[in-house]
Amino acid sequence: MAEAVLTRRRRRSWRLILSGGWLGVVVIAALFAPLIAPHDPLAQDLLLQRLPPAWMAGAEPGYLLGTDGLGRDVLSRIIYASQVALTVAFVAAPIACIIGSVLGLLAGYYGGWVDQIVSRIVDVWMAFPPVLFAILLVAVIGTGLHSVILAIIVIDWIRFCRVVRAETLVQRRMDYVDSAHIVGLSRIAILVKEVLPNVLPAIVALLSLEMGIAVIVEAILSFVNLSISTDDPTWGGMIAEGRTIIHFAWWVLVFPLIVLFLTVLAFGQLGEGLKDRFDPVLQ
Amino acid sequence: MTILRAIATRIATTLVTLFGVAIIVFVVIRVAPGNPIAMMLPPGASEEDIARLTALYGLDRSIPEQFVIWLGGVLQGDFGTSISLRQNVLTIVLGRLPATLELSLLALGIAIVLGAALAFVATRWRETPAEAGVDVVNGIALSVPDFLWGLALILTLGVAWPVFEISGRVSPTLDLPFVTQFYLVESLLRLRLDITLNLLDHMIMPAVALALPLAAVIAQLLKASLKETIRQDYVMLARTKGFSESRVILHDAMRNALLPTLTLTGVQLTFLIGGTVIIERIFSYEGLGNLAIDAVINRDLPLIQGIVILFAVLFVGINLAIDLLYAILNPRLRHG
Amino acid sequence: MSAPFLDIADLSIALKAEPNHRLLRSVSLNVAPGEVHGLVGESGAGKTMIGKTIFDILPHAVTVLAGSVRLGGQDILTMRHRDQRQLIAHTSALIPQDPLTALNPVRRIAGQMTDRLTAILGLSRGAARDRALQLLNEVHIADPERVLASYPHQLSGGMRQRVLIASAFAAEPKLIVADEPTTALDVTVQKQILRLIAEMQERHGTALLFITHDLGVVAKICRKVTVLFGGSVVEDTDAESLFAQPKHPYTAALIAATPRYDRPEDSLLPVPAEVIESTWQEIRRADAAWAEARR
Repeated sequence: MAEAVLTRRRRRSWRLILSGGWLGVVVIAALFAPLIAPHDPLAQDLLLQRLPPAWMAGAEPGYLLGTDGLGRDVLSRIIYASQVALTVAFVAAPIACIIGSVLGLLAGYYGGWVDQIVSRIVDVWMAFPPVLFAILLVAVIGTGLHSVILAIIVIDWIRFCRVVRAETLVQRRMDYVDSAHIVGLSRIAILVKEVLPNVLPAIVALLSLEMGIAVIVEAILSFVNLSISTDDPTWGGMIAEGRTIIHFAWWVLVFPLIVLFLTVLAFGQLGEGLKDRFDPVLQ
Repeated sequence: MTILRAIATRIATTLVTLFGVAIIVFVVIRVAPGNPIAMMLPPGASEEDIARLTALYGLDRSIPEQFVIWLGGVLQGDFGTSISLRQNVLTIVLGRLPATLELSLLALGIAIVLGAALAFVATRWRETPAEAGVDVVNGIALSVPDFLWGLALILTLGVAWPVFEISGRVSPTLDLPFVTQFYLVESLLRLRLDITLNLLDHMIMPAVALALPLAAVIAQLLKASLKETIRQDYVMLARTKGFSESRVILHDAMRNALLPTLTLTGVQLTFLIGGTVIIERIFSYEGLGNLAIDAVINRDLPLIQGIVILFAVLFVGINLAIDLLYAILNPRLRHG
Repeated sequence: MSAPFLDIADLSIALKAEPNHRLLRSVSLNVAPGEVHGLVGESGAGKTMIGKTIFDILPHAVTVLAGSVRLGGQDILTMRHRDQRQLIAHTSALIPQDPLTALNPVRRIAGQMTDRLTAILGLSRGAARDRALQLLNEVHIADPERVLASYPHQLSGGMRQRVLIASAFAAEPKLIVADEPTTALDVTVQKQILRLIAEMQERHGTALLFITHDLGVVAKICRKVTVLFGGSVVEDTDAESLFAQPKHPYTAALIAATPRYDRPEDSLLPVPAEVIESTWQEIRRADAAWAEARR
């Protein structure tokens, strides 16, 4: 039994190290893109179209992961594209998190008409396919990084709201909330001091997961050609181009896909790991 | 008495939800700058022509006025005319719906089978590396969305080792003698198994991509539920009769654990259907989601409205059905 | 005899959904300053419901139909919310049933003890901490510093209950309600905790309402006793005469059903079915009369 707990804990710390390590690599790539990238991500060279990766026949030295249909360096584009992905992750997700968590806490704790209004709005939001909602919003407000971020916030706050509301409902019925009430703590003090710390692990895990989701939404919007301008590199845009020339140059699709896959996976696993870290009962 | 009132309240909130969806879609797409009529006419069309068509589609009126007219039509089953395809919206949308439904149901079936299989393996060989393996697979399947699974499948089983078709719903060269759009169902009914196979060849990868995240959720919940069930006395008793562990799990525990788990995963089914939008795009599958993206790109307002409302009705209907099923299954709720 | 500090009069409570089916049936109960009062009944008799009413923390599904709950002469059920919270916080405290769920799992003991002291007594942080240490000493906790730095799950059940007892006495309340404070604990710890509560009560001179299903405990520490059955009071008297000559047949049967260490062969006779049935008939008659009077 103790051994099982130990192996689980060991698996957990491995998860944190691996996912945190990969995200560190992506963050460094985004911050120091001009220093790291071997080529200008926008430089086209029609003589160097669809060069295969360096280890294959017909490769050109200096183009480690090959080139795309316009002769642009795939590696450099992946590195620069991480800037867009991380901007979306670190701006859209926290804002959606704050809005959704506050509404979820208020709805779950106060109940009554506050809960009714929030729950009805959540119902309406839940009736939309989220991807279609995002595409619709960006098509309406216009493409660009700001629109993508705004669309993610507008759509994904309900993820936080639903989870936080449900957790708050559970916590509200706990004896220690009654005890705090007897002692005369105000409702706001109880919400902040007693309820919020119990809901926090779930919020942290969801925030990390949401960062991955935000990266994916940006990629999906790029994939249907609705994110930022087509020239600026994004992982989704590269994947969309790769999808069309998949039979001639698979590497244009494969490498951004692997990077996207690992990043999303890392955000998800980091969230699970942090959730346990934040929970004193599991320590 | 109480349960009837609860059901009535639930249906009323459902209608409120649909009304909210209608308002939001209507307002959002009309706030968009630019005139969709101008976009569909050839360049150089006269101001007069544009004005005439705008009036024809009722786009010259105020937004509340347009909403009332549109809602009045919808209640009579008239969703208007598509601007880009110049056909009745309802006809187009209902023509595409069967493709999406068949894909979703196939994905749901795969998710249940896969989820149950994973949960069985983790329970049968609990506290061995097999369970740890299932946990890892679950963790990955949970945090990677269908969009990435779809692309990964195309790359592997579509291109690197071409086993399945990567685009379309059915081979265009095939002659389809069908009267409905439910190709998969009709091919089975008519015993045209060659067509069934061809359809499955196209559908299997998008369906698996949609199914993986849901399969992981089912596996996780079912595993927890099974582990609790096998400690119950009646399962212990079955074990004393000398049946094998696998048989005890499948025969005695699984039956009790599966249905409650599936009702718990109800909301996830709407996520799965929502996923068809992008998955259909990746696989060029001619369903509702693919149509929706085209409609947004073409600024075809009546068509967008029609599709979104149809999705909303589908989602809200599924959630309602699951809530009712849950109320029926849960005796505490029924008598409460 | 001085005026009672806690004065519950004619209290009736029901589910909002079924106002005709009362959970508490015109319950009256007095606790004088400094008195130890036992509230006895089997599970489901409504003991905990009374405890929750005193602090106005009833579940949302439940509503008060009639009656008053006075603390020091003021009816908390008719007061303004803010005044009511102030009054309750300053005069009364609860020792809860389950010491695990009554402590917030993600907060250290120090924070949970001191923010009560700062909230009620207006102490500074430092002073609150000193007071918390002193209280932990009073409840015989050997290393109070370590306990203050701990999370609830790092303490044993008995330790957690000691912490909660210390917290309850912290602001020198006039009344403490102990809601089956030993049922969630190991048998070996139960006696220690019981002795501790009695000791603390004596030292502080606080009125104590002790809710329990165990008449044996009542015999040990209570001066007065109220026996509850089916949400109504069947007997309200002092402890000595209760055991010497119970007036109500249900009480007599309950005493007979209590384990006796001196005569184990007589222990655990069940309360006879006919006694239960006749008591229910009494209650139903009272219900009918009550419904008639309200019409």
